[in-house]
Amino acid sequence: MNLKPETLAEIEEAIPKYPEKRSAVMPLLHAIQKDQGLLSNEAAEWVAEKLEMEPINVLSVITFYPFFRQHKIGKRHIRVCRTLSCAMAGGSKVCDTMLSEFDTSLNGVSPDGEVTVEFAECLASCGSAPVMLVDDELYENLDETKTKEICDRIKTEATGA
Amino acid sequence: MAVHPKEHRVILKHADEPGFTPDIDCYMKHGGYDMLKKAVTMEKQDICDEVKKSQLRGRGGAGFPAGVKWSFVDRKSGKPVYMVCNCDESEPGTFKDRQIVHKDPHQLIEGIMISCFATDCAKAFIYIREEMPKGAEALDQAIREAKEKNFVGDDVLGSGYSCDIVVHRGAAAYICGEETGLIESLEGKRANPRIKPPYFPAVLGLYMCPTIVNNVETLCNVKHILEMGADAFANIGRANNTGTRIWCVSGGVKRPGYYEVAGITLGELIYDICGGPKDGRTIKAVIPGGSSMKILKNGERFTGKNRDGTAYDWGIEDIPLDYDGIAAAGSMSGSGGMMVLDDSIDIPVALANLMTFYSHESCGQCTPCREGSLWLKKITTRMVHGESRPEDIDLMKSVADQIEGRTICAFGFAVAWPVQSYIKKFEEEFREFAERHSKSDVDRTAAKELACNH
Repeated sequence: MNLKPETLAEIEEAIPKYPEKRSAVMPLLHAIQKDQGLLSNEAAEWVAEKLEMEPINVLSVITFYPFFRQHKIGKRHIRVCRTLSCAMAGGSKVCDTMLSEFDTSLNGVSPDGEVTVEFAECLASCGSAPVMLVDDELYENLDETKTKEICDRIKTEATGA
Repeated sequence: MAVHPKEHRVILKHADEPGFTPDIDCYMKHGGYDMLKKAVTMEKQDICDEVKKSQLRGRGGAGFPAGVKWSFVDRKSGKPVYMVCNCDESEPGTFKDRQIVHKDPHQLIEGIMISCFATDCAKAFIYIREEMPKGAEALDQAIREAKEKNFVGDDVLGSGYSCDIVVHRGAAAYICGEETGLIESLEGKRANPRIKPPYFPAVLGLYMCPTIVNNVETLCNVKHILEMGADAFANIGRANNTGTRIWCVSGGVKRPGYYEVAGITLGELIYDICGGPKDGRTIKAVIPGGSSMKILKNGERFTGKNRDGTAYDWGIEDIPLDYDGIAAAGSMSGSGGMMVLDDSIDIPVALANLMTFYSHESCGQCTPCREGSLWLKKITTRMVHGESRPEDIDLMKSVADQIEGRTICAFGFAVAWPVQSYIKKFEEEFREFAERHSKSDVDRTAAKELACNH
């Protein structure tokens, strides 16, 4: 495991917050996934040793929670809400626009490696539907124009980097 | 967002004021932490009594009286007592806790600390859903600031009472909103809910210690109960439905959004505050308290007898907008997430959308729920795709009836209630829709988009 110093610091800070070590499994998985982009078997074993758990119990957590992943995704993680309020407001079209702008398919990695577009269940912002998350940023009241603007911004940031 | 004259803002009083910021200085300029300062000089039991007397009911879904919940805590075991703030806001249609956490996080921290002091909790956890990363940051920042001022941490305000708050992020699983699933998750496991009895959190909760699980809005209310007194709090709204509630309205209205109100009707919320249906549309139905709740059909009459023996006969707009009012109309106020369905929405397709949600979110522990929710998704989806079978409506009813009450947690009800109530109130539409959509030349684009499960 080759973790960044800030990830290791985050991990060391997280563990003593809890009365029992095992409770730190989710914070650790969050930190490692952010660092590595995914959670490998090696990561599961590393966390297990760190928290004095069996690796299978770490894997069982990884495979239960939709946010934890064992596969690679694009540099930007795009999650379009699909649940009823957003669907009534055109969430499906927002997703289609994202997919066609990045020439990709649902849950896949775009050919340029830049994005993965997924559907998410209710993002708890139904009053400003439709909404989507681009990494940590929530975008609300989306229509085609707004969605395309966000795509353009992502593309500009990609070439600028 | 401008505050509507019919609103009664207590919790969200400052959230949308121009210039109000989430930092501690701004909060303290608005009287923030004065109630915690007062609380630590009071007898713990007096605070608990005040909360009980206020008749505050839980804002997360079930509406259980908070003061009574606190009194169930097992004090004889000698184990530490934990406080868990349920900020896993994920019931479709609900977005109230989001406002508090992002705009006024210190109000929640103060509410938690008063509640922890009153119930003598050893430690508090805020379980916040993964999809609110900025909210988790806001809470972490607020806790850091509050620690600097000695409102959180060791020897709070020199009272001798110590309590830390830990922000714990979820990982996108709806079931973590169920309190025992949340506890399992907080222990570092899959969020499989526990069976009650014996695992009532007040006795066998986090680490098998007595645990109080309260919703964000509930805990914020504790601060206001202390500020205005239990009697004044109980004077807001109707008896047994005291205090304000933040309603979240989405779907087919002119002004969707969150509104804090008390003592009004469902019609006043939807027509006066939210501006009624969009131009050229009419309201077909309302899901009153988050997507798990039974649907209310526009045009039906809601009749019955009040506690005092008098009869009531309401249209949808007359339903009192509180726990008992919506319960009297045959549904529940749940988490306050109201979805308005207008006449452009096909009810079977809305159901297909929701069954996709529930089949995705079932934890998989109980067979009726794990298998049944997937069956319901398949049946509703094939209806959208024009492949409905003659027996499908009866089959859906049968599957839902076999889930209801046969699972460890209330998720089973959340799957069954929409199916049962939509079919009960819109059975004709289901039959008509299935027939219309089975024709080869029908345009299914809009339905597929609304089901949104490709």
